[in-house]
Amino acid sequence: MHRIAIVGGGTGGTVLANQLASELQTEIEDGEVEVRLITADPNHVYKPTFLYVPFGKKTVDDAKRPIEELVDRRVTLTIDEVTDVSTDRNRLSLADRTTSLRYDQLVLATGANLEPEAVPGLAEGAHHFYGPDGAERLRDELADFTEGHLVLSVVGVPHMCPAAPVEFPLMVDAWLRERGRREDVKITYTYPINRAHGLESVADWATDLFEERDITLETFFNVDEVDPDAEVIQTVEGNELEYDLLVAIPPHRGSDLVTDAGLGEDGWVDVDRHTLEATAAEDVYAIGDVADVPTSKAGSVAHYEAGVVADRIASRARGETPTATYDGKTVCFLEAGMDEATFIEFTYGEEPYVREPSKPLHLAKLGYNESYWLTARGLL
Amino acid sequence: MTDAHNSDVTIDSRDASCPGPLMDLIGKVKNLDSGTVVKLQTTERNSTMDVPEWLEEAGHDLVEIEERDDYRSIYLEVN
Repeated sequence: MHRIAIVGGGTGGTVLANQLASELQTEIEDGEVEVRLITADPNHVYKPTFLYVPFGKKTVDDAKRPIEELVDRRVTLTIDEVTDVSTDRNRLSLADRTTSLRYDQLVLATGANLEPEAVPGLAEGAHHFYGPDGAERLRDELADFTEGHLVLSVVGVPHMCPAAPVEFPLMVDAWLRERGRREDVKITYTYPINRAHGLESVADWATDLFEERDITLETFFNVDEVDPDAEVIQTVEGNELEYDLLVAIPPHRGSDLVTDAGLGEDGWVDVDRHTLEATAAEDVYAIGDVADVPTSKAGSVAHYEAGVVADRIASRARGETPTATYDGKTVCFLEAGMDEATFIEFTYGEEPYVREPSKPLHLAKLGYNESYWLTARGLL
Repeated sequence: MTDAHNSDVTIDSRDASCPGPLMDLIGKVKNLDSGTVVKLQTTERNSTMDVPEWLEEAGHDLVEIEERDDYRSIYLEVN
């Protein structure tokens, strides 16, 4: 029996499990191959939903579905936490303390975790929309926010969905205008480097829109600490910024499992960016946010990486030489307000072209968010 | 070809797309001790301008920029 273990039930892990169930259907039914998906959370969570929660357009329940409804019946689903990876012995330990699983091929798809406590004062002083609780608290705060200084600050680097920080101020601007509150709210966007976004074309696009919509741009802004009582941000560069409502992109960290297994620093797995194989161990792959590759930590990346790794693993399970490689393909929708959006796509080393925002692209983004559940099932 | 300097940490941002070499650097530098020498490998043409500019703002030292055939290595020391 050739055993394939996937750790993590987010976009990458779920798409991969379903694609392998399809590609290795015969081998699984003949008892030659096992595809096992191990995840601590019985729900699959689609995180891009959270961006819409503060504006009352989605609820946190819209973001989740039971994972057993999404995975193919040929996949062996284990709801448990993996507590240890031994790459020398090709074994996984589970939190139930009695189970040790052997693998022939392992995929880590454990995602990214929020760590606001890494910056002093941030957890107490800032809101975020990167998780269910944070998004709901921000919704409640925003509902009562009628005047003052709203600051969107990119604090954590790297972070999930590099598009979302640009989207939020554009959305909140439109949302406040609809409610007649915009004149009493100053909006500021801060970014760590010398322009509004890491991608130059997105930075140029966002800078023009921010100017048009009276959103103040602060660059070279790396948050050192937040004083939640005085409502002041201090930066590494020695500047201060006062706020009334702070929305931060919090620091992220990978998985302790990765660090403990010696697969990478800061919890991100060091991988070959094309094969997605771990550099520090044999028979181990990483996909999605936990893989340290030079493109976005985004759902589209996890989806495309899952397709590549499914092909490579299926080839190896059949005794063939894997040839599929990942070229860095990334696709992101970008909301430019509450009823218009744009869309970018690129590969490693490519600068995307930012199309003129439109209502059809906004509807396409909302439509994709609904059809995402077909993506998770491996159908789209 | 050998490197001109010894580095403690190498960040390979060649062909990095989003969010790019400078963001890769900032993400790693935050967790490094003072005195650590970092080699940032980049193919982005703007890196030779925007990395030194950020180092100046953040108070880290630029050691040298080494041009290679198809990329450049930027050496810096964390303060």
